[in-house]
Amino acid sequence: MLNMNHVTVTYNDRPTLIDFDLHMKQGEIVSLVGESGSGKTTAIRALFGLLPHEGYVSDGDILFEGESLLSKSEDEMARLRGSRISMIFQDSGAMINPIRRIGAQFVEYIRKHEKISKKEAYRKGVAMLEAMRLPDGDNIMRSYGFQLSGGMRQRVGIAMAMTFRPDLLLADEPTSALDVTTQAQIVRQMMDLNKKTGTSIIIVTHNLGVAAYMSDRILVMQNGRIVEQGDREQILKHPQQEYTQKLLAAIPTMEGEAYV
Amino acid sequence: MSENEKRIVLEAREVTRIFPASNNRQLVANDKVSLTLHAGETLGIVGESGCGKSTFVRMLAQLDKPTSGEIHIFGDDISGLKGSAKRKSRRHVQMVFQDPADSFSPKMKVKDILCEPLMNYGLIKPKEKQTIAEYLLSQVELPTDFADRYTHSMSGGQRQRIAIARALALEPEILICDEATSALDVSVQKSIVDLLLSIQKKKEIAIVLICHDVALTRSMAHTAAVMYLGNVVEVVPGKQLGHGMCHPYTEALRGAIFSIDMDFSKPIESIESETPSPLDVPQGCPFAGRCDKCMDVCRITKPFLREVEPGHQIACHLYNKTN
Repeated sequence: MLNMNHVTVTYNDRPTLIDFDLHMKQGEIVSLVGESGSGKTTAIRALFGLLPHEGYVSDGDILFEGESLLSKSEDEMARLRGSRISMIFQDSGAMINPIRRIGAQFVEYIRKHEKISKKEAYRKGVAMLEAMRLPDGDNIMRSYGFQLSGGMRQRVGIAMAMTFRPDLLLADEPTSALDVTTQAQIVRQMMDLNKKTGTSIIIVTHNLGVAAYMSDRILVMQNGRIVEQGDREQILKHPQQEYTQKLLAAIPTMEGEAYV
Repeated sequence: MSENEKRIVLEAREVTRIFPASNNRQLVANDKVSLTLHAGETLGIVGESGCGKSTFVRMLAQLDKPTSGEIHIFGDDISGLKGSAKRKSRRHVQMVFQDPADSFSPKMKVKDILCEPLMNYGLIKPKEKQTIAEYLLSQVELPTDFADRYTHSMSGGQRQRIAIARALALEPEILICDEATSALDVSVQKSIVDLLLSIQKKKEIAIVLICHDVALTRSMAHTAAVMYLGNVVEVVPGKQLGHGMCHPYTEALRGAIFSIDMDFSKPIESIESETPSPLDVPQGCPFAGRCDKCMDVCRITKPFLREVEPGHQIACHLYNKTN
């Protein structure tokens, strides 16, 4: 479904993502892990066509369902984004306009991609929110972003992203700003969606535990390159690269050593 | 010397902090929090956002005053101090914040940042700045030529080291770390943890560690307290964090952690509901509405902390039967 062939992204003549190669099947969950500045976010931004002005794909190609995304016009990309490829961000609160109600924004978004009446769009929004197990979707449609908790805002973000049952969901640190219990809820819901709708997911996270729990494949990144990839067993139990081993050793665990 | 005989440096007695809210409501951020801290030891406080852990340590650092209750440092109540007495006692407690970038003035050189607390108390002359700054930098394992640099050119880990150096400048007996490693990558986090531990050993400093990472708290804390909606629900020896804990909230918290050595064949557990707003904490046990072991008594009477075994306190009606 998705082929990223040797993609290199350059910012101001400096390559930030080097020779990134990723091939995904429908329904697969892949996670990108690594420390800040390792190029994980750049990789999915390139795919979503949202690189900042000074950044561009200088080498390689990105094929989605066999079509190159790089040769698409801005209009074509805009149609694709939000319907067939969606993205959720670290803080969905930041993407919600604080002075407009959630409902107005949700309806606008739905009507951008589908020719239906406002009423129908509203009903569809409420149904999506309730599918995300948000109690009282009607009430949430009438709320402003700041009236919701971080976990609820994130669920609104996922509900919006999933409205058109995209083929591919990109999640950039979707749980990093959340508490552990909320994080577990969000992770569970993303996996439910994956099972029910067959949406493929690329998740960027620095939490190796989340990555291991969710994904079929883990890509470990450092300095813009993929240093190692494999399934959970390979990465956690038999890491080959020194960097992966160091990364694993630095994570405090419940079973690990105590210093005091 | 056994742990019980260690000198108590800090004792909070039934500290309550209530913030006024709109419509004459009250937000109870801390409800009768009682905790003690021993010299050279670490007290870890874990809990989710809004549970009142930051409010509590802000009062320890005298950035805020409790509504009621007492905070004793070396036996003296500091909660009502004013003026120069307050100023003097603040020296004993220093704080390291979560975001190192936000806790410095971008226009100050590192040596000015490091020496500002000392200058404030008139302990050094401006001439001595350079030497003192270099000494403080060496304590946090940074090169001494950092003294003349600005913090914006540094990495997150380096900045956090400078924050620690500044906190240590006044040689405090108590160091408060409010999510001091949460914004850092894991490998950097580990180096900061190692640094804190070695400083603690060398100087016998007592540390109050606020952290939402239960695993990290377990590895560092001698004593760990779990907070929920302004209440301390469980206090355990650090080593027991994870295994010997029994409060239903602690169990829920532990069940929701993703770890690299978890059992991946089991689905992740977590309570489905949202934390109630601290503006309307339920009557009775604060966790009653989300607890799967909730009994009738839980909705009526609030359980208080009681000791179930040495060093292990728990506030839950399930553990009252023995008494």
